[in-house]
Amino acid sequence: MSVSDMFIALQGVLTADQDVREEIRKVVQALEQTAREILTLLQGVHQGAGFQDIPKKCQKAREHFGTVRTQMESLKTKFPADQYYRFHEHWRFVLQRLVFLAAFAVYLESETLVTREAVAEILGIEADRERGFHLDIEDYLSGVLTLASELARLAVNSVTAGDYSRPLRISTFINELDSGFRLLNLKNDSLRKRYDGLKYDVKKIEEVVYDLSIRGLNKEATVGTGGEK
Amino acid sequence: GSGGFRKRKHDNFPHSQRREEKENVNPSSALMTSFKSFQLELDTRHDKYERLVKLSRDITIESKRTIFLLHRFTSAPNGEEILNESEVKLDAVRRKIKQVAQELVGEDMYQFHRAISPGLQEYVEAVSFQYFIKTRCLISVEEINKQLIFTAEDREETTNMTSHDKQSHTWSLKVTPVDYLLGVADLTGELMRLCISSVGNGDIDTPFELSQFLRQIYDGFTFIGNTGPYEVSKKLYTLKQSLAKVENACYTLKVRGSEIPKHMLADVFSTKAELIDQEEGL
Repeated sequence: MSVSDMFIALQGVLTADQDVREEIRKVVQALEQTAREILTLLQGVHQGAGFQDIPKKCQKAREHFGTVRTQMESLKTKFPADQYYRFHEHWRFVLQRLVFLAAFAVYLESETLVTREAVAEILGIEADRERGFHLDIEDYLSGVLTLASELARLAVNSVTAGDYSRPLRISTFINELDSGFRLLNLKNDSLRKRYDGLKYDVKKIEEVVYDLSIRGLNKEATVGTGGEK
Repeated sequence: GSGGFRKRKHDNFPHSQRREEKENVNPSSALMTSFKSFQLELDTRHDKYERLVKLSRDITIESKRTIFLLHRFTSAPNGEEILNESEVKLDAVRRKIKQVAQELVGEDMYQFHRAISPGLQEYVEAVSFQYFIKTRCLISVEEINKQLIFTAEDREETTNMTSHDKQSHTWSLKVTPVDYLLGVADLTGELMRLCISSVGNGDIDTPFELSQFLRQIYDGFTFIGNTGPYEVSKKLYTLKQSLAKVENACYTLKVRGSEIPKHMLADVFSTKAELIDQEEGL
């Protein structure tokens, strides 16, 4: 084979590769659009009136995740299944964002941390690499860290809205999350950088809890919730 | 100021209470159990990555040494011996690549591509350099990949693998087109060095062969242009410089060769080569 033939063949391979990337980019753009819509929807909980209809907002978000699932379905068809990591960078960001949104919705519904399997199910993908388009563990953890900073914000805003019990529950949750992350030996990569931000979220929430407790508002809150139940 | 305020806050916050809060986390809760499994998964992945980086570095070093060895080829009278020695060295490199292939069994190769890519590029450079010296042709990516199919040869390995079926006795690694291209781009730098040194040895034919070969490769790279990834287009600039040096060398040989006796050419050329090196430094 002559040198020029070889390069013609390689050029063909590279062009085919670019076409695949182009296709992936289109689907990812659609996914980003859906993710923005869900975010807008869930952002509503930070406003005073938003605290009342959290279940309704979550319900709506769940409907949007249906769209995500169909978009994921189409993403899977754009490249060979065994080359996930070759194109990983293209959907990494949006996948982390979607993990966060799913985790946020689940937290608002049940105040628990969504499991990796459950997120994968919500997004219509697999939790295991062997079984096809999957959720990478680092992407899952990144999404969870985004949830932590969102919850720190929620703690502040729920106090403003007069809900004094929520920050205490968030505090317990974040503390457990923090202990969880402490178990991990992270490398010096982007995930580690995100993790380094977690302590500020923890601190923020502790401050909110402190503010409530020196004013005796936490007791009122526990009594309040006790009465409700 | 806010600093004082913060300080007071911390004084008021009893440490015992904080610790108590931390200990409230139940170590056997669902969340903690899943994070323990995450720890295991991440550690396994990072360990594998580190092992691959180490292998890649070994491959790089051994490949570089092979290239240095091959540069001695033209000057030494015992060319055959050097070629054989380089073959032995490349076999050693391939044994390392076999280990890489074994690490990657059942994995997505691209997940760890960043760890092994530098080593593979250097190997492509070495193996294509040797191939060029032997055949004066460019080795194809298929040819390279053909040499990277390994079978279990040692008895020890086969006994270890008895539990698996026969298929797992072979491992293979594919050099990606981009790694191949980057390796070939590096090869041109070696060929330029080979060209300059061969003139120094009074070899007048090799530079012309090399300039023709480099021109073909350069044409190939310009054909690819910016369809390739960024790294490939970056190499194009260095490639152009290498080509210019070789072309200038041929030019000098042609011009001066007609007027100076052959045995003095080497001196003329070595001053010219220095000049080029100086220009490069600017």
